[in-house]
Amino acid sequence: MSENQIFTDFKVVELIEEKQINFNKVLFGKKIYLINIWSSWCEPCKDESDKLLELKNDTSIMMIGINYKDKKKNALNFLKLYGDPFDQIFIDKQGTISINFGAYGVPETFLVNEDNKVLKKYIGPLNDEDVYEIKKITNN
Amino acid sequence: MFMKSKKLLTIKILIIFIFISFNLKSIAMASTFYEEQTINITKNLRCLICQGQTIHESNSDFAESMKKYIKGELENGKTDEEIFSSLVEKYGQWIVYDPGISRNTLLLWALPLLLFLIGGAIIGKRILKKI
Amino acid sequence: MIISQLGYYSLIFGLLTSIFIFFNSSIQLKKNNLVISNKTFGLIGFQFLFVFISFISLIYSFIISDFSNETVYNNSHTTKPLFYKITGTWGNHEGSLLLWLLVLTGVLLGFIFKSSNEPKNYRLLTTLFQQIIVIGFFIFVLKTSNPFNGIFPVQTEGLGLNPILQDPALGIHPPILYLGYVGTSIIFSAALASMISNYVNKSWAKNIKFWILFSWIFLTGGILLGSIWAYYELGWGGFWFWDPVENVSLMPWLSLTALLHCILTLEKRELFKKWTIVLCIITFALSMVGTFLVRSGILNSVHTFANDPSRGIYILTFLLVLVLLSFAIFIIYENKNFTQKSEIFTLSKETAVLINNWFILYFLSVVLIGTIYPIFLDVILDEQISVGPPFYNKLILPFLIPFVLFMSIGPSMKWIKTNFKIGVKSFLVIVFTLILSFITVYYIGEKNMFVLLLFVGFFYLLFKSLEQFREKTKNYAQIFSHTGFSLLLISILLNSFSSKEIVKNIQVGESFTLKNEKIIFKKIAVEKEKNYESIIGFFEVLDEKNKIINLQPEIRIYNEPETATSEASIKTTLFKDRFITINIIKDQNFFNVRYQHKPFMIWIWISTLIIMLGGMFAIFRKNKEVNI
Repeated sequence: MSENQIFTDFKVVELIEEKQINFNKVLFGKKIYLINIWSSWCEPCKDESDKLLELKNDTSIMMIGINYKDKKKNALNFLKLYGDPFDQIFIDKQGTISINFGAYGVPETFLVNEDNKVLKKYIGPLNDEDVYEIKKITNN
Repeated sequence: MFMKSKKLLTIKILIIFIFISFNLKSIAMASTFYEEQTINITKNLRCLICQGQTIHESNSDFAESMKKYIKGELENGKTDEEIFSSLVEKYGQWIVYDPGISRNTLLLWALPLLLFLIGGAIIGKRILKKI
Repeated sequence: MIISQLGYYSLIFGLLTSIFIFFNSSIQLKKNNLVISNKTFGLIGFQFLFVFISFISLIYSFIISDFSNETVYNNSHTTKPLFYKITGTWGNHEGSLLLWLLVLTGVLLGFIFKSSNEPKNYRLLTTLFQQIIVIGFFIFVLKTSNPFNGIFPVQTEGLGLNPILQDPALGIHPPILYLGYVGTSIIFSAALASMISNYVNKSWAKNIKFWILFSWIFLTGGILLGSIWAYYELGWGGFWFWDPVENVSLMPWLSLTALLHCILTLEKRELFKKWTIVLCIITFALSMVGTFLVRSGILNSVHTFANDPSRGIYILTFLLVLVLLSFAIFIIYENKNFTQKSEIFTLSKETAVLINNWFILYFLSVVLIGTIYPIFLDVILDEQISVGPPFYNKLILPFLIPFVLFMSIGPSMKWIKTNFKIGVKSFLVIVFTLILSFITVYYIGEKNMFVLLLFVGFFYLLFKSLEQFREKTKNYAQIFSHTGFSLLLISILLNSFSSKEIVKNIQVGESFTLKNEKIIFKKIAVEKEKNYESIIGFFEVLDEKNKIINLQPEIRIYNEPETATSEASIKTTLFKDRFITINIIKDQNFFNVRYQHKPFMIWIWISTLIIMLGGMFAIFRKNKEVNI
């Protein structure tokens, strides 16, 4: 999804409890929502994980992970190994949830506000500059 | 009486069987319909992470997801136009192979047609001068 | 190493010879003698020889895998089979430009040989203009794309050739295409020369016709080879994608086709002089535009060898200079050449040619605008749009119907004036066309009225062209090319409307069906070749008569550079191709299998060959009565 666009609602399934929920209901109560598409087989996602953990410390952000075309076992292993930066994780077995966001693949990160408006979009792994930029947005 | 109920049962079973097989057939038909429709749509979409390939032709992760996504949208009752426009909203005009008519593409469509008319006028003037 | 040096110095000598020829011919122009001095012929021969030596040196460097040469290092590998070492010579930017230069000097040599009865000044001026192009390209090659650049330290192994380019059809595609593409340079030079020497007349038309046909035949062949390659190598069964790089080869082809019809009119009736010259200039300019677009890296496609903006800017500047030059010459010499205007009757072959040109130029404008408009939009407004098949179909298909109808009746028009009679025979042809079109449309199950109209037009053209076989004076050139063209259109239409395909993710041992056929995935095998490893899928197809057809698609993993390609397995019959490809799915033991029926595929190739055959008839037809 290009920046400044608002996405419509769709259903998502939670990774651990496998409960179905409307995505709009997830976006509630915080100022900024960071949506990160990742997978255990994605190499750059490993490098990205400490950047995400750093952002987790910012309490104004809700960290949402979208686990892309992955197996549950591998995904959980990955989180154990590299740390779990997410408040909530949803699964995208077919890769179709990511299409809803307008994503190209993994990793990809979206910054969304409470009106479902996409503020920023990062294709590929986050770097230090991106983290700095995200922090600046949340502090405003 | 017994006979009758047995007969009835047979008819019932038959009806159920017909119903099921009919249903199965219509499910099968529907699924091939959506598959064909998906092919028609994906033939007109660019695989954004490939080099000059359509989504239909590509086997990349992105293209495969897109195919499933579109099939799902069709099954949810979305029309072709709705799917195209929502994808354009998400990924930009670059994703569709049909540029469509908009402020930006008006000249693209009009220019060749205009040239055709001008050419016709020049030729017409030349050959229809004396009849 | 030494051979590479030889190639380089040979290029330098070639450039020096070109400059020398340029001045030599300018001096001779002012002299009053009637013949060209033998020295000039010798120089032109030497110029070609120098480029030839250079070209052979590069081929030799590729054969012996001389990795002290940067071009060889970047594009070859010792494990490559000999054939692909050789074709690798022109499978890259530098080598392909050397090939450009070879053809550029070669056609000049050919022109000089074939024009011994032509006026001296016309020949000299053609040489002069051709030299401007040759010098421009010499400098381009030496400055930006020297194929003999050395690298130090010398490498022991090369980087390899892109695997999808390792293919027999693609091996000979560039030389054939370039003969057509670059062949247009001599048409351009001769057109300018004929204007200055006041020679735009019947004899000139006769002389330059050979080169127009020459370029046209090779360009057709080059496009055909490229299409065949795309069909079986790119792996999804398409043969034309309206990709910008295909478009840039189609554009000069279209303008050459228009020119071909014009030059015959000029030869016969001394008409359309101005327009013919304009077409000559446009044709070469389009070839240059194509080179610019491909070499500059503006286009995103498999043909983009290198993304170097300086190369693009050089070609663009050079193109602008040539266009301005020809424009200036056109303005200056316009009144001298094109004074008298002959009358044209409405019902005449002249009119038919004009209408032919009108439509072809329209198609050309569609392709041109469709190709470059997105580039401009991107540069000016920073907006990206894709212009793909829907655009071309919408703008071209509706115009194809009147076009083929005019094309059907055009050949039966007479020069100067025609009296039309509609007899019983023509009526029967129409009835037969209609019936056949209805049957075809019914057979492929297409309810669209527009498709029916297309078939009517295409079949009508076919029958009208075949009808010409019964005429007393047969013009085989026209009969074959027109028949070929109608067959091509019919095959493409049938192919696009009745292709069937199925995509399945299956394991070994499983099967699926398409129409009345059962496709069984028998087994999988791994084989090791010299430059790649291949995973071969063995498939059995049981057709409607329970006959077994074996298909063996492959996934090849090339070692240098490491790339995986999918090799289709195709069984061709007269009426349809069976086309199968396999792909590995990540992390799973399934294979993604795509099985297709592609009807009338082989007819697309055959009809294009028939079109070319028509061109060859035109070349070998000796000064007999010409009828187009």
